[in-house]
Amino acid sequence: MNPVQDLIKDLANEHGRSRANLLPILQGVVEQEKFLSEYSMIEIARELDLPAADVYGTATFYSFLEHKKMGTFIIRVCKTITCSMKGKNQILLAIEDMLKIGIGETTPDGKFSLLQTNCLGWCHKAPAMLINDDVYTELTPELVRDILSQYLKK
Amino acid sequence: MVAATYQLKRADFIFKNDNDWEKILDKTLKRAPQELINELMSSELKGRGGAGFPTGLKWKLTAEDSSEQKFVICNADEGEPGTFKDREILSKVPYKVLTAMAVCGHVIGSQQGYIYLRGEYKFLVPELQKAINEFEYYCQQTGHEFSIKIFLGSGAYICGEETALFESMEGKRGEPRNKPPYPTSSGYMSQPTVVNNVETLAHTFTIFKYGAKKFYDLGVQYSRGSKLFSVSGDTPKPGIYELELGMSLQDFVNEFGDGDTKAVQVGGASGFLVPRKRFEKTTIGYRGKLTGISLPTGGSMMLYNSSRSMYNVLDNYLEFFREESCGQCTPCRVGCQQLHSGIKAVKRGEKPAQYLDKLLKLTETMQLTAKCGLGQSVANSFSSIVENFREEMIY
Repeated sequence: MNPVQDLIKDLANEHGRSRANLLPILQGVVEQEKFLSEYSMIEIARELDLPAADVYGTATFYSFLEHKKMGTFIIRVCKTITCSMKGKNQILLAIEDMLKIGIGETTPDGKFSLLQTNCLGWCHKAPAMLINDDVYTELTPELVRDILSQYLKK
Repeated sequence: MVAATYQLKRADFIFKNDNDWEKILDKTLKRAPQELINELMSSELKGRGGAGFPTGLKWKLTAEDSSEQKFVICNADEGEPGTFKDREILSKVPYKVLTAMAVCGHVIGSQQGYIYLRGEYKFLVPELQKAINEFEYYCQQTGHEFSIKIFLGSGAYICGEETALFESMEGKRGEPRNKPPYPTSSGYMSQPTVVNNVETLAHTFTIFKYGAKKFYDLGVQYSRGSKLFSVSGDTPKPGIYELELGMSLQDFVNEFGDGDTKAVQVGGASGFLVPRKRFEKTTIGYRGKLTGISLPTGGSMMLYNSSRSMYNVLDNYLEFFREESCGQCTPCRVGCQQLHSGIKAVKRGEKPAQYLDKLLKLTETMQLTAKCGLGQSVANSFSSIVENFREEMIY
């Protein structure tokens, strides 16, 4: 049996099998798998007895529910106005230069993905980024390099 | 014209410690729902998320519905560019919010509360869940029936709109519903639901603790009480400040500006941009007859100095709206795209300057025909920027 199937069964047991439990289940799969494959979406639909189109519709609405395979660490740099004014582009350049990937790309070893995102709510400590669920604020290119070298060791 | 002469007045209620929540909870739950509604109504507290609906009235309408099942939802989907106060409340004084939710449950007749927390704040969950566990344990011990669940969002600005929030919690795409019916009669799971912003709930705690008068005495007519302001942009002291409502923007800029403030964005990307020449005449508060030009805000105050191009600012906002529009209704979906591409075309010289007037007309149409607040409010920042900084859009 495919491990995703087990994961989906476990999540459905934990959260319940009604439509209202769909989002937590999708989030659970993304947390483990780093994305929602077509296979996972169909499996979730089967498990919850929902039309696959409904699952697809919900899954593709939310920007944090990726449907492309992502790296272990997803870097999301805030691009909204204050972060953009306070040097977001230099942060992006520092990351691109260090990891040798562009925006929307994943490193060949599958460790990092680089994305931009809308307001993270840290405008008073801009620029800011998320690496998975962890927040880093008041970034400078030097600080970003330090943070990433910590992650490179993981 | 009524000149604004109010001074900047600091207040300190929200972040005052919440150690006494057990006492306040016991005391408040002993009072009759009608009495609590009256207390809230007389405080004139209005929703602090930005829309400014009277909180007491919201609770009253929901309490009057005869349905068996009702819900209390704390809206912590703080997504407006430039706001970051709700996270601070939830991490510093969570018990105020939880207590207020339980009191709301008592008033409207609900045993189930939810906190809709944006996905970007997922790191808050462990601490918040700990507080909820302790809170629920206390409720059980003292015989109050109320439980609270965290529902995590997944990166969608529109889910802060209350009906989109219900859709999201029901496992659907976060697409706003038509109103009416209003949430007070048909909200989450089509049951009567109170949706309050995090800060609004924290203010109700203050009101139940000190009485309505203490709150009412702050601020000015039609804009009572204090409010948290998230200050960011070109300012030497970015951060969160609790101030009385009704101040003039000039006083605000004197306090927080860097001496070279060119414009202030009041209320985030969906709010208004106020240029320097209007600072004196603008007050911060809800719309009322006495306050002249009065701008409401969810607390987002972004300052721009003269080194900033207003074209870049508008470009950034429109990219935001273009991505965050849910795509359900045509005026908003197509409108946001056309506005964004339109200002780019004017800037590049592909369209004449008069094209901006066409775009302004388009925002009027969006304001009239878009289904929810997102599409309707794009006009606010667009027209206030284009009308005041037209030359920056062209050259």
